[in-house]
Amino acid sequence: MRMIHFDAVSKLYANTTAWALHPTTFTIEAGELMVLLGESGSGKTTLLKMVNRLVQPSSGAVRVFERDVREQDPISLRRGMGYVIQNVGLFPHFNVADNVAVVPRLLKWPESQVRERVDELLERVGLSAAEYRARAPHQLSGGQRQRVGIARALAARPKILLLDEPFGALDALTRANLQLELRRLHEALGLTTLLVTHDLAEALTLADRIAVLRSGELRQLGTPAQLLHAPADAYVAELIQSVVAQAARVSELARRASS
Amino acid sequence: MNRALSELLTGLPPLLASHIALTLSAVTAGVVIALPLSLAAIRWPKLAYFLLAATTLVQTIPGLALLALMVPLIAATGGLFVGASAFGFTPAVIALSLYALLPILRNAVTGLLGVDDAAVEAARGMGMSPRQLFFDVELPLAAPVIAAGVRTAATWTVGAATLATPVGQRCLGNYIFAGLQTRNFPMVLIGVAAASLLALLLDLGLAGIERGLAARRAGLVLGACAGLVLLLGAGLASARLSSPKPSAAPADPPATARATAPTEHHPAVTKVRLGAKTFTEQYILVAVLRRLLEAQGIAVEVAESLGSTVVFDALRHGDVDAYVDYSGTIFANVMKRQAGGSRWQVDAEVAAYLGREEHVRDLGTLGFENAYALAVRRETAERLGLRSIADLAGPAASLRIAGDYEFFGRPEWASVRDTYRLHFKSQTSFDPALLYEALLKDESDVVAVFSSDGRIAADNLVVLADPAAALPPYDAILLLGPRVSDDALVVCALSVLRDSIPVGLMRQANQSVDRAVDKASPAQAAAWLLEQAKIAPGACRPR
Repeated sequence: MRMIHFDAVSKLYANTTAWALHPTTFTIEAGELMVLLGESGSGKTTLLKMVNRLVQPSSGAVRVFERDVREQDPISLRRGMGYVIQNVGLFPHFNVADNVAVVPRLLKWPESQVRERVDELLERVGLSAAEYRARAPHQLSGGQRQRVGIARALAARPKILLLDEPFGALDALTRANLQLELRRLHEALGLTTLLVTHDLAEALTLADRIAVLRSGELRQLGTPAQLLHAPADAYVAELIQSVVAQAARVSELARRASS
Repeated sequence: MNRALSELLTGLPPLLASHIALTLSAVTAGVVIALPLSLAAIRWPKLAYFLLAATTLVQTIPGLALLALMVPLIAATGGLFVGASAFGFTPAVIALSLYALLPILRNAVTGLLGVDDAAVEAARGMGMSPRQLFFDVELPLAAPVIAAGVRTAATWTVGAATLATPVGQRCLGNYIFAGLQTRNFPMVLIGVAAASLLALLLDLGLAGIERGLAARRAGLVLGACAGLVLLLGAGLASARLSSPKPSAAPADPPATARATAPTEHHPAVTKVRLGAKTFTEQYILVAVLRRLLEAQGIAVEVAESLGSTVVFDALRHGDVDAYVDYSGTIFANVMKRQAGGSRWQVDAEVAAYLGREEHVRDLGTLGFENAYALAVRRETAERLGLRSIADLAGPAASLRIAGDYEFFGRPEWASVRDTYRLHFKSQTSFDPALLYEALLKDESDVVAVFSSDGRIAADNLVVLADPAAALPPYDAILLLGPRVSDDALVVCALSVLRDSIPVGLMRQANQSVDRAVDKASPAQAAAWLLEQAKIAPGACRPR
């Protein structure tokens, strides 16, 4: 089933002359983890935000659940999908539990059910509910904050999860842990996930398929294996080469150290 | 306790209560206006620029001027098109809330713009409606900054509210204005101390709210709110709890006086509102009027320390029912006439004009003049051989002249200057309270004084004669507004004053209040004045 479909969408922001996104068409299937990969200005975040209508395409259409998003109420559309951003954006005036409970409460869930769901989710993202539910956001580490951010995004059992550079501000170890946990959550909950990153290693680790964007153009769309073996153009090839060289250097060092 | 001091303290609660009511209304109005404006301002940056510039401009207008400007503004717009009174509470609260706008608006804009972008984006991405985004995220996050703005506005407003006295709004300024004019410094200090204490406690309470909001401690916010409610409630209630009869008023009128059936032809005015301008003589005369009316069982309300034009406007519009003015003031300021004519001519023209054009009844002259006159130290007069203003023409070039704020802008100054060809070395404006000091301390050689001022005799000054009658006559006249001008009892009660106060008596009464030692209160001076003038209050047949 086509969960999200971009149909020749483009974007020209007001008061600018360069297209942020040239007409682009592709589909994200249900249950897929798609990574949008690119440098800043590549158009990847623009694409992501078109899904929950934070950005309106200049032309073309976005279909979610086989329906044009323009025909859907933006408020209920957004409540039906999780949204995670790099700076997390936890509400500093709410404690952890209240932050996670925002969307269920907006949807007017019964309070007992909200509490149950909050505890369940905190445990799911690796935080002890008893210990963390009453904490204030400023009492958490960066990694813990993003765990709460993910729990918040998943609170109302969305089918779709959107993540915009979710691990960009975290240290390497925390990032690696959270990447694995995200992949696990994606499988366990049967999500359709769209993740924006500029980190090719992250993309290769996580993605079912990767969309490589540059200067508002889709350069290649394929599985990690396809990208590695058949880069579509010189840019993608160079990009892949940089990681491959890095990896080779690391395994060489590891081999030498062990011998 | 000293009796005068205890009287001052008993008179304080009603002033404090209306000061608090005024401050609260102005700050509340400021918040109610500024918050929606700040919302509009963060959506349209150009509007923000315009609004902040406009409120800053308001802020640069001196408080006293802003308040005074409200009076003609409200009057000219027909009471803001809804018939609001141009006197007292309305102009005061409008001016003060304009004043409160800037800090509230500026902080609200800063606070709302300073809300973490990530929190806003997350909130929108999660599907909050614009309304939910504002009330659940933006407003709570900006609240501490907004509260700080309200706090600044509140303390400013407490201070600025003391300037509401001259537009007819009772407040702590009444003690400050009257105290300064009658050189009653304990009175000034009590007014200032009460205002400072109020500002301090208000600031403390609002600081608690601000800190509670910043630290997200609901307990602190609620505690500070409760403290504020208690403080303000106690202040407002103090007026009721304090002794029901304020300071100087004699015992309540006998119940019989009010119980007797009002005569059918006169719709009885239940409460007569008296006005007084900002100087000692006016404070005494209003106390005289009050005594005469209360002796007849008529309830009285007094608005003191009013601006000169404010009180006349208030009389015309029925916000004040009676006060004493001076024929020359009406002649020049209201009728816009140049000086000229004898004392009785001016009196007659003024009375006719007021009745015809303003529906104000001139009940007649009180028997003394309070005119501008030029005075010098006795030593100066003797050294230069000065007897009349004409003698000044030569020596003026080496002499300094001083007057009150108004004098040099008034037509009589132009008239006396041109008539006698005077060119002084310098001219300076002083507060009337400081004018005599300036002369005695040799800061000036000639001063424009008021002829009924007790300090002329006390300071041994020489008043220069005006052979060319360049200075117009200033007979004290009693004016009645439309509400009471046909009220037989009021007219009868006050008519006893007609031509009954000689200038010597008025001077002595003024002096008894103005002098530094053994001071009388205006009420005491009023009692003394009535006794000396052999006027027995309460002689009219009650209605």
